[in-house]
Amino acid sequence: MSSNRVPDTLTFECETGNYHTFCPISCVAWLYQKIEDSFFLVIGTKTCGYFLQNALGVMIFAEPRYAMAELEEGDISAQLNDYVELKRLCVQIKKNRNPSVIVWIGTCTTEIIKMDLEGMAPRLEGEIGIPIVVARANGLDYAFTQGEDTVLAAMAHRCPDYNGASPNTTNQDQAIQGLLSFLPLKARNVYEEQSVSTHPPLVLFGSLPSNVVSQLNLELKKQSIQVSGWLPTQRYAELPSVGEGVYVCGVNPFLSRTATTLMRRKKCKLIGAPFPIGPDGTRAWIEKICSVFDIQPQGLEERELQVWDSLKDYINLVRGKSVFFMGDNLLEVSLARFLIRCGMIVYEIGIPYMDKRYQAAELALLQETCNQMGTLMPRIVEKPDNYNQVQRMRELQPDLAITGMAHANPLEARGISTKWSVEFTFAQIHGFTNARDILELVTRPLRRNLSLENLGWTALVKKDKINII
Amino acid sequence: MKLAYWMYAGPAHIGTLRVASSFRNVHAIMHAPLGDDYFNVMRSMLERERDFTPVTASIVDRHVLARGSQEKVVENITRKDKEERPDLIVLTPTCTSSILQEDLQNFVNRASSTSYSDVILADVNHYRVNELQAADRTLEQIVRYYLEKARKQNTLNQSISNIPSVNIIGMFTLGFHNQHDCRELKRLFQDLGIQVNEIIPEGGSIENLRNIPKAWLNIVPYREVGLMTASYLKKEFGMPYVAITPMGIVGTAEFIRQIEFYINKWAPILLGKTVNYESYIDQQTRFVSQAAWFSRSIDCQNLTGKKAVVFGDTTHAASMTKILAREMGIHVVCAGTYCKHDSDWFQEQVKGYCDEVLITDNHTDVGDMIARLEPSSIFGSQMERHIGKRLDIPCGVISAPVHIQNFPLGYRPFLGYEGTNQIADLVYNSFTLGMEDHLLEIFGGHDTKEVITKSLSTDLDLAWDSDSLSELSKIPGFVRGKIKRNTEKFARQNSLSKITVEVMYAAKEALNA
Repeated sequence: MSSNRVPDTLTFECETGNYHTFCPISCVAWLYQKIEDSFFLVIGTKTCGYFLQNALGVMIFAEPRYAMAELEEGDISAQLNDYVELKRLCVQIKKNRNPSVIVWIGTCTTEIIKMDLEGMAPRLEGEIGIPIVVARANGLDYAFTQGEDTVLAAMAHRCPDYNGASPNTTNQDQAIQGLLSFLPLKARNVYEEQSVSTHPPLVLFGSLPSNVVSQLNLELKKQSIQVSGWLPTQRYAELPSVGEGVYVCGVNPFLSRTATTLMRRKKCKLIGAPFPIGPDGTRAWIEKICSVFDIQPQGLEERELQVWDSLKDYINLVRGKSVFFMGDNLLEVSLARFLIRCGMIVYEIGIPYMDKRYQAAELALLQETCNQMGTLMPRIVEKPDNYNQVQRMRELQPDLAITGMAHANPLEARGISTKWSVEFTFAQIHGFTNARDILELVTRPLRRNLSLENLGWTALVKKDKINII
Repeated sequence: MKLAYWMYAGPAHIGTLRVASSFRNVHAIMHAPLGDDYFNVMRSMLERERDFTPVTASIVDRHVLARGSQEKVVENITRKDKEERPDLIVLTPTCTSSILQEDLQNFVNRASSTSYSDVILADVNHYRVNELQAADRTLEQIVRYYLEKARKQNTLNQSISNIPSVNIIGMFTLGFHNQHDCRELKRLFQDLGIQVNEIIPEGGSIENLRNIPKAWLNIVPYREVGLMTASYLKKEFGMPYVAITPMGIVGTAEFIRQIEFYINKWAPILLGKTVNYESYIDQQTRFVSQAAWFSRSIDCQNLTGKKAVVFGDTTHAASMTKILAREMGIHVVCAGTYCKHDSDWFQEQVKGYCDEVLITDNHTDVGDMIARLEPSSIFGSQMERHIGKRLDIPCGVISAPVHIQNFPLGYRPFLGYEGTNQIADLVYNSFTLGMEDHLLEIFGGHDTKEVITKSLSTDLDLAWDSDSLSELSKIPGFVRGKIKRNTEKFARQNSLSKITVEVMYAAKEALNA
């Protein structure tokens, strides 16, 4: 708090944790859409329900495959039997939707009243015949995207065991199988291609839209790397087999529990790579995987240059501009690294939680990128304090603040351009193909500024209020 | 346990925060886990607030669970006291913290001994009251606290004003069209020569609460929030209150007559004469508001006997039912509310104006009822608008819960005489659109249909293989056409005759789309 100077090595600070972020139960929003045959039951109170309803906006009207098991006074004071109550609701869900899996999302309330979800699930699973996965995605322990991490970690336990012999092809997305059909266009032999995969099985983890999944598969395919499965898959029944001898690699920076579970419980080997966000990240990600499998990457450099080339117009807009990440979704380090490579100056990387081991390769790439671009290292602030951050921003006056919606409008009114951070979670930002989408988001306030320039009203709060941030 | 997808009224702490953050220079501190502060998002998004929402959280995390909050809450209160110097800090429990059963009152006592601000603990039970009930209670709690404090310090301003004056109670943040209603009421009182003494909580200052007893009477425009405060003020200070909602022509006239009645209790003494608002009511009704004329016009004649369903909070649903039935001759087949705690009042209000009454907070019951009754139009909340979309029935939004489009920038009151115009437009637009729709259906739609839907790309020379087609079908409908055109354009430029998934991605990258 004392000084606003940007340090020259990567520094880690930890503040009070008084910051704004989404509750981790919000992960149901994208996970129920990703896993098509699932049903997410959030066991919590009205507060949780109201959050989902407001945060997910329109989605709520589309007959979503998620619901609240709303706890009432009788549940809290243990006048009602949890098991009987949950069974009643799950039977109803089975009757109405017949999902292949029910995911119970434990919340703060179930933690506090110590409802034994992990104990009840196997028993109920046996009785109603539908798998029940328990994820404790609560605000006591986690922030926003970490909700997905808890769900995927729980799901990792349900992946079939890998036994070295059987080829691991049945678990592929339809999209991958589809991709094989037009490989001849690339003047390669399909049959050879299939038998070429001599490397050990590779399973990627992290929930991405199916388009992005096929894009990343395709990029690896070009390096003769066969992805044998994804966690999660489009359907619960198609979870990939994992076990000793299987290599796993994460696509998102917030999946440290999933990584740990795959390593420790499932004996997989983790490939620690930077994340495929931005062309630099994507290239580093592929290179790392190639190096593990002892494959010489083909044409990656040209591919990256070509993507950078196509981003020129946007890069001209962002070059030399400064960014301040307030921090709420754990994508911050990867995004900051990409933006520094684009020529931006990053003052501060706020982040809810920093797993230095899981993100090691990403942090190394950040440092390397800073050196390469000749910029000072940004400070990384774990568990930030929003009030202090706003004070720092007042002094630094960044060109762009990447922040939650609670602060966006007030900052805009004080003349600081903002980009809503949650959009990065919902937009397609992975791989070479989507690099432009990241810059599309980042430059939007800058482009808006260009079109509204010369109007003379940037600070829109009354004079006496500007200073009382 | 209850299986729930949607709720009409939010949890209790939202009500408390809405009241607290409506006052000027009042800060609320939630005792809550990370992520429970999405109230700030709602306020900043829906109301497009320029200022930081004066709500922070004292985070309940794993450590707090193990050891209790200890110094944390007190530290957060004193820190906020130093940083922003609010007049009042409201410590707000959430459903999570209320299970922890920490002695929050003790924290409040300790913190208030060291801070400049007053500190109080919001007194709401999360498992018994909803957002609206909690807001009502918190407002009463704050008013009571400051009037009692003023009484102790002998600063209570009890001398009644020289000219007729009122307090408007219950205007607050995130309320359905509250800001516009507030402006309209102020205009109405100005017309009537009545001074507005205090408006609480919106924009009100804690300092001024001691002036409340100066007013001749209190106005509670909305049933949901303000009644507790008004009845407290009646009991303590003998202040009468008017709890009629001035919505619709008849409702507004009743409201004004009731005010006249109370003003005339003091007027002979303080003004030396009685007031009579009848000519004002007559003038406004017949010539200023267009709604009375509208209901005589042939437009409205065509609406006679058309079926409508009304659902919302008690205030808006009851008023709307009466307006439709009594002022426009529309057949209200069902009127309903989600305010179960106030169902007796609602039933009594709509009695005689509708065929049946539905009291529920389950949106599927509402959906089933609408599907069964097949009205020509619905007047409800955003939920009913979506039910209407699915059933192809037009809907006018008349009540919270609402979306951002229900916080319009333009002037759209629901109350007072301008409100009657707005409501007439809303009703008329909902029905004509429905009618137009039917006509289109009967005559097979506009004849330009084929021209519009005809694909602009010539498909002849390009073949999409089955994978690329399935990939295309995964793209959301509203951009699919554009992606298809771009891909084909790219394929033609590169003289490719077959479109595969690879070509699609290559096109995306090449065209920067």
